[in-house]
Amino acid sequence: MKISREDVMKVAALANLELTDAEVETYRGQLDDILTYIDKLNEIDTSNVEPMAQVLAASADDSALREDAVVRSDVIAEVLRGAPDPAPPYFRVPRVIEK
Amino acid sequence: MVYYATLMAKVTQDATGILPEIMAGYEPVIGLEVHVQLKTATKAFCACSTRFGDPPNSNTCPVCLGLPGALPVLNKRALELGIRAALAIHLNVQETSRFARKNYFYPDLPKGYQISMYELPLATAGWLEIEHDGQTKRIGITRLHLEDDAAKNLHEGFADSAEKSYVDYNRGGTPLAEIVSEPDLRSPAEAYAYLTALKQVLLYTEVSDCNMEEGSLRCDANISVRRRGAEKFGTKAEVKNLNSFRYLQRALEYEIERQITVLESGGKITQETRLWNVAAGRTEPMRSKEFAHDYRYFPEPDLLPVRVSAAWRDEIASAMPELPEAKRRRFVRDFSITPYDAEVLASTRALAGYFEGVVRAGAPAKPAANWIQVELLRQLNDAGKEITESPVPPAELAALVAKVESGAINAATGKKVFARMFETGKPAAEIIAAEGFGQISDTGEIERLCREVIEKNPENAAKYRAGNEGVFKFFVGQVMRASRGQANPQAVNDTLKRLLS
Repeated sequence: MKISREDVMKVAALANLELTDAEVETYRGQLDDILTYIDKLNEIDTSNVEPMAQVLAASADDSALREDAVVRSDVIAEVLRGAPDPAPPYFRVPRVIEK
Repeated sequence: MVYYATLMAKVTQDATGILPEIMAGYEPVIGLEVHVQLKTATKAFCACSTRFGDPPNSNTCPVCLGLPGALPVLNKRALELGIRAALAIHLNVQETSRFARKNYFYPDLPKGYQISMYELPLATAGWLEIEHDGQTKRIGITRLHLEDDAAKNLHEGFADSAEKSYVDYNRGGTPLAEIVSEPDLRSPAEAYAYLTALKQVLLYTEVSDCNMEEGSLRCDANISVRRRGAEKFGTKAEVKNLNSFRYLQRALEYEIERQITVLESGGKITQETRLWNVAAGRTEPMRSKEFAHDYRYFPEPDLLPVRVSAAWRDEIASAMPELPEAKRRRFVRDFSITPYDAEVLASTRALAGYFEGVVRAGAPAKPAANWIQVELLRQLNDAGKEITESPVPPAELAALVAKVESGAINAATGKKVFARMFETGKPAAEIIAAEGFGQISDTGEIERLCREVIEKNPENAAKYRAGNEGVFKFFVGQVMRASRGQANPQAVNDTLKRLLS
C-alpha cells in the first residue's frame, strides 16, 4: 500500500476538501493505483537525463518576456458579478484575520 | 528618545524584566527576509498598472484575478530590476532560474498559489557591508528571488467588518524581489544597519522607491538566541509584520528578551511564526495554521525557465550607478573629508550629487561638506523640503563658501546670508550687496581692529592727541584696510574718536 488514509485526509485538508469516510477510502484506492503506476516509470534508468518541468524550452531571444507597458483590462465589473458575495468595487469574503 | 525609552521600559516589563547580566550571557542570531516592490509600470505577469492608490480593483485582469485559462507572461523590466538589485549586493545571477508555485488558500491570493522561486532562485551568494559602532561588517546574502505580491485584505471600516473582510486585488500580482540574508546579524542594531544599507542600495539603483508606508519595503526576521560561545544555533522564531525600522528594532529587542526568559526558566523555544503587535508592543504567536509551512512547491508549468544571458547581465552591470560604498570611499579619498561626513553626504544620490555640484563650482570640499551638513540640511529639515527642492543651488552655495573662505565675510555673517539665500532663493552676492552684509557692523570686531591699529602706531596716536587732527584720516584708512574695506565707516569714525580721546 503506497498511501494511507491519513495521507489522503492531509491532502484533502490542504486542498480544502471535506471527504466522507467512504470517499477517503475510494480516493485512497485510486491514488494508490496511480502511485503504483508511477513506480513502473521509476523502473526506467533516468540517471543521465535532466529532470524536465516544462515541455517548452526557453529560446535564446527574449520572446518569453513582456515589455513593461500598461494595457487596461476592464473585466472587473463582469468578474465581480460572478463573485459569490460582491460588494462593488470590492470582493467580499467571510472575515479572515490573522492575529 | 524619550518615547523610545518609555517603550523599552514597557517591553522589559512585559518580558518579566530579565537582568542585564543574564542577557549578556546570550547571543542573538538574526537573519532578515526583505520584500521589496520593484519599480515597474505593470505587474509581474500581466499588463495591469501597479499604481498605488487607484480605485479598488480597477487594476485587475483575468491573469491577476486568477481566472481559469489565463496565462502569465513575465515582465522584462521586473526581471531586469531583479538582476540589477542582485548585482548591487554582489550576488551571482543564475543563467537559469525557475518560477514555482507556492500553494496556500487565502482570499488575498486568487490563484490559490503564489508564483515565487524555490529551488532555482534568480541569484545566490552575495553580501552587503554594514557600518555599525564604527566597524564595517560584511553580511552574507543567501539569495534573491522574484515573486508576485498578494492582494490587500481590508478588515476594518465597513458596516459589516465584524463578519466580513473586503479584498482589493490592485496590489495582487505586483512584482517583488525577496532578499534573504544569512543569519549573520548579532543584534537589533545590526539588523537596523543592514536594513538601512539595503534600502540605500535599492534606492541608489532605482530598483524600488522603498516607501515603507505604501508597503514597498517589508521585512520579516528569523531570530534565535544561543549561549555566548556556543556553536550551534538555538531554535528560531520567525517574526512577521516588521514594516518600519522602529518596529524591526523593537520587535527584535522584545523577542530576544522573550526567548532568553523562556530558556532561563527551563523552557524550550517553539519553532513558530510570530506577529509583531504594534499596539501591544510585543510579538505574539500566529493563530496556529496547521499546514502553514506545507506549501507543496512545484515548478510553475505556465512559465518557461528564466534565462539570463551573460551579455544581458553585463549590460545591466555596466549601466549600474556608483553604489554607496564606492561613493563613500571616493569622497574620503578624493575630497579628504571624514568617513562620517562621507556617510552623511552619500546617504542619497541626490545629496551626493549636490555636494559634488558645490565642489565642482569651485568650493573647497571640507567647508562645502560642513555648510551642507550644518546649514543646508538643517534649513531643509526645518522647511520639510528634500535636497532636490533646495532653494539654494549648488553653484550659489559654492559662491557663498568662497566669500567666507576668502574672508570677505565672516562665518557668522555667512550663516545669516545663507538663511536669506534659503528664504529668497537669491544669489549670495546680491544679498551681501543689498543688505549690507559685506560691511562689518559688529562693534566688538571694529573696536578690536581700531585698538590694533592704534597700538601699532603710537607716534601718530600721540600726534592726534596733541591736537593734530590731520592724522585721524590715517587711522581710518588703516582700519578700513585691516577690514578689507568692509568695516562700517561711521562706526570706525565713532570708535576711533572714543579710543583716541
